[in-house]
Amino acid sequence: MSSKPQAEKPKSFQSLILTLHDYWSAQGCVILQPHDIEVGAGTLHPATVLRALGPKPWNAAYVQPSRRPGDGRYGENPNRLQHYYQYQVILKPNPPNMQDLYLGSLEAIGLDLRTHDIRFVEDDWENPTVGAWGLGWEVWCDGMEVSQYTYFQQVGGLDVSPVAGELTYGLERLAMYVFGVDNVYDLPFNDPDAPLGHLTYGDVFLENERQHSEANFHGYDVAVLKRQFEDMEQQVPLMLARDYQGKSLVLPAYDMVLKASHLFNLMNARSAIAVAERASYIGRIRDLCKLCASAWVEQQEEAA
Amino acid sequence: MPQLLLELFSEEIPARMQAGAARDLERMAREHLAAAGFLPEALKTFAGPRRLTLVVEGLPIAQADRKEELKGPRVGAPPQALEGFLRKAGLTQDQLVERDGVWMAFIDKKGRPTAEIVAEMVEAIVRAFPWPKSMTWGTSKLRWVRPLKRILCVLDREVVPFAIEGIESGDVTEGHRFMRVGRGWGGQPFKARDFDEYSKGLIDHFVVLDVEERKARILEGCKTLCFARNLELVEDQGLLEEVAGLAEWPTPVLGDMDPAFLDLPGEVIRTSMRTHQKYFAVRDPAREGLAPHFITIANVQAADGGKVIAEGNAKVLSARLSDARFFWDEDNKAGNFDSWLEKLNGVTFHAKLGTMAERVERIAALAREIAPLVGADPDKAEQAARLAKADLASLMVGEFPELQGLMGGYYARAAGLDAEIADAIRDHYKPQGPADAVPTAPLSVAVALADKLDTLVGFFAIDEKPTGSKDPYALRRAALGVIRILLEGEHRLPLNAAARKANHINAENPAGQSGKMSDQVAPEVVAFFADRLKVTLKDQGKRHDLVDAVFALGDDDLVRIVARVEALDGFLTTDDGKNLLAGYKRAGNILKAEEKKGWKGEGERRLLDDASAPEVQLHDALRLVEPALAAALAAEDFTAAMRELASLRGPVDAFLDGVFVNSEVAAERDNRLKTLAAVRDAMGRVADFSLIGG
Repeated sequence: MSSKPQAEKPKSFQSLILTLHDYWSAQGCVILQPHDIEVGAGTLHPATVLRALGPKPWNAAYVQPSRRPGDGRYGENPNRLQHYYQYQVILKPNPPNMQDLYLGSLEAIGLDLRTHDIRFVEDDWENPTVGAWGLGWEVWCDGMEVSQYTYFQQVGGLDVSPVAGELTYGLERLAMYVFGVDNVYDLPFNDPDAPLGHLTYGDVFLENERQHSEANFHGYDVAVLKRQFEDMEQQVPLMLARDYQGKSLVLPAYDMVLKASHLFNLMNARSAIAVAERASYIGRIRDLCKLCASAWVEQQEEAA
Repeated sequence: MPQLLLELFSEEIPARMQAGAARDLERMAREHLAAAGFLPEALKTFAGPRRLTLVVEGLPIAQADRKEELKGPRVGAPPQALEGFLRKAGLTQDQLVERDGVWMAFIDKKGRPTAEIVAEMVEAIVRAFPWPKSMTWGTSKLRWVRPLKRILCVLDREVVPFAIEGIESGDVTEGHRFMRVGRGWGGQPFKARDFDEYSKGLIDHFVVLDVEERKARILEGCKTLCFARNLELVEDQGLLEEVAGLAEWPTPVLGDMDPAFLDLPGEVIRTSMRTHQKYFAVRDPAREGLAPHFITIANVQAADGGKVIAEGNAKVLSARLSDARFFWDEDNKAGNFDSWLEKLNGVTFHAKLGTMAERVERIAALAREIAPLVGADPDKAEQAARLAKADLASLMVGEFPELQGLMGGYYARAAGLDAEIADAIRDHYKPQGPADAVPTAPLSVAVALADKLDTLVGFFAIDEKPTGSKDPYALRRAALGVIRILLEGEHRLPLNAAARKANHINAENPAGQSGKMSDQVAPEVVAFFADRLKVTLKDQGKRHDLVDAVFALGDDDLVRIVARVEALDGFLTTDDGKNLLAGYKRAGNILKAEEKKGWKGEGERRLLDDASAPEVQLHDALRLVEPALAAALAAEDFTAAMRELASLRGPVDAFLDGVFVNSEVAAERDNRLKTLAAVRDAMGRVADFSLIGG
């Protein structure tokens, strides 16, 4: 690899996203939009969890808003958010030069790889609620974790073949590093020199953090959350049992699993789940997810 | 003689697996080469962040020709047996030779070229390599720790040709991931046909192959940085091993830390640096404690001398220490101990042993019982034990579990608790390893013992005893901890009673479905202590038969047991000791034979009127020794006890040499046997001499 003449360095949160879009688009990824259901991580987008399964090649990149209800700090912590963005790249099968492609993306957003200290530090990734795990690294830039890099080995409890490589960039953190900003709310959301005016991340999201923090910790009615969880849980087998043109409704079923998972996170943030119950809830979500994964793989293999 | 060079080049190998991988590669290569009949002059392996390397010196270019002798069926065996043998040997019947009624085949085996054997060996090693965790990638079916990219394999400067799952062997490897000569970044490929070219090529391409050299480079670099600023490196062997596995061109960079963080406890700063960031801490020799700097080990020698790297890392460290300060401030708020104890109700200790809160109750009750035996105040011991686990619910320990106890100590002090109690909370996990000191303050001792005894009794009760190399609950460490605390502090704790008490408390506080609360648990735990103590004493070079001889008395006071073993050890190196032991054995044999015949030794021993001189002498000696021995044992003066026994040596020898025990006069015989039995009994109060080897 050698550096190409640089396009202009991104100057804002949104141009950082656009730069990554350009970069991964040029590599042949489809650039998707976020999934329209609340999820805890970009991995949970069906474009990763489901597409990582089955024999068909798949290369995609997208931004996914991620919700971690327990991480809300009412907009008062410079680093923690209950709603933030992950940039997600999924390459199946992973190309042999995936590490170099990844490093190229860091260069594209303005990191000089001879001046910074980039490391691949062992980190085995696991998401028990979707029965997924893989081996890989956290990628450090000058001691800061800027991405998670994983070769999926299992998803939904099923072995993956071919193997998909997954990259997850924590966008706010990466942007704070690239732009030298200490408080997430000070990040330039658009170009500071934009003719129509300049907004910061705080201008766009501070109120959102305040209101949702209060809702997450005190607002939601636990009994309602619990009932909604059970409703979603019941929908999954119904969708999977329904036959439409010879196929079960696995994609809608998976959406119900995601909703259940988010409801679980909300109950957790309200401390409404006892330690002993926690494992059982996670198990219930994982079982539903496994059902979807198996049904999906069946459909993929029939189609292949 | 030809040299073999093999390099398996992959994506980044976890640092913790590298040393094991180098050992496994060495072992597997040796086994394969030996199986092929090769005895190389030298064999060495290297492991680093992206490569495993093997170099073998002094291989022949081919195997020697061999004659193989195969034994076939007997002459006249069924034809199927003979046919089978011929097929296996690849011969016809006229090529067989008859020897002693058996068909023999003599086959000349041409030696195979070494390159062929190497190709097979590499494939076998790669496919069977015992990585702790391995993976597949892309469409390949191969498993390796991370994707395997290249195989360099040259024998006698020639490529050994083969391919494993599409990866072809060659004579090319590549250098540092980022550093290169000239502009840009990225690994530059280069050729190497032997180890000299390879090592030189690596250095030219910014890779230090040997982990020892990487470590030396790191230490040297750190010390140079420190020297320039009049600082001292806080050495950390574990961290050094780890960072040496994270960089191919390790380059220490010194960064600054906001001095305002120095009011956090030094352990917190160091732990945050080490666990999260893998930084070395530095000390300021002019002041007590840490200096406001850190050293990170970068993988690149940056053009700006590491300025950007230092600044970036400093920022990350600031964020980490801000978190730590937040935890520290939150944890130090008043009233926290109560809410933490409340939270322990929700923390499971073990499914069958209940919550951490229930465990705390047990430890508190037990600490109260143990306290008076180790000179501690029972009320304070109970209070300290009750608070000892509270910090498990603190934010800091949630983040850094290895600071458990230590943080509880800080927080207790800040909360205005008694200093003794704070120390007991801090030290109750000790000793945490052979190098760790034992607690000495009585209160700390009481809580530390209660903590460990509850663990041991609990897990024994639910049948989770250590087996072989498996000890998931570190029960051996707990037992050894108790042993060291008792011995080093000379605390007199009757272990039987303590274990029974612990078991009783455990049974009264049935945290869920505790398994057997039977009377078996306490004796099992005590036997486990005995076992661990034997191992400890053996490690110190004490004869194991002496340990057995003392244990046979059924004592459960470890201090006394060890004092006895030591006195006995000293005694048996003296002439008196050796001879008395021999006398004991002779007396024992005589008594055993007679007891078998039904002699019971009822009634008093007395001196008969016509007793011979040796009888009188031994009788008198026993009369003197018996009370003196009892007094010495009561005073636990085992050296004096041994001295008393030593005074029996002469009379015992004279008796055994000069007195005919099996006299025809029944009264004489009975009385002489009783005299010997008295000797055996006296000695038996010191140790079971029958278990001691001659």
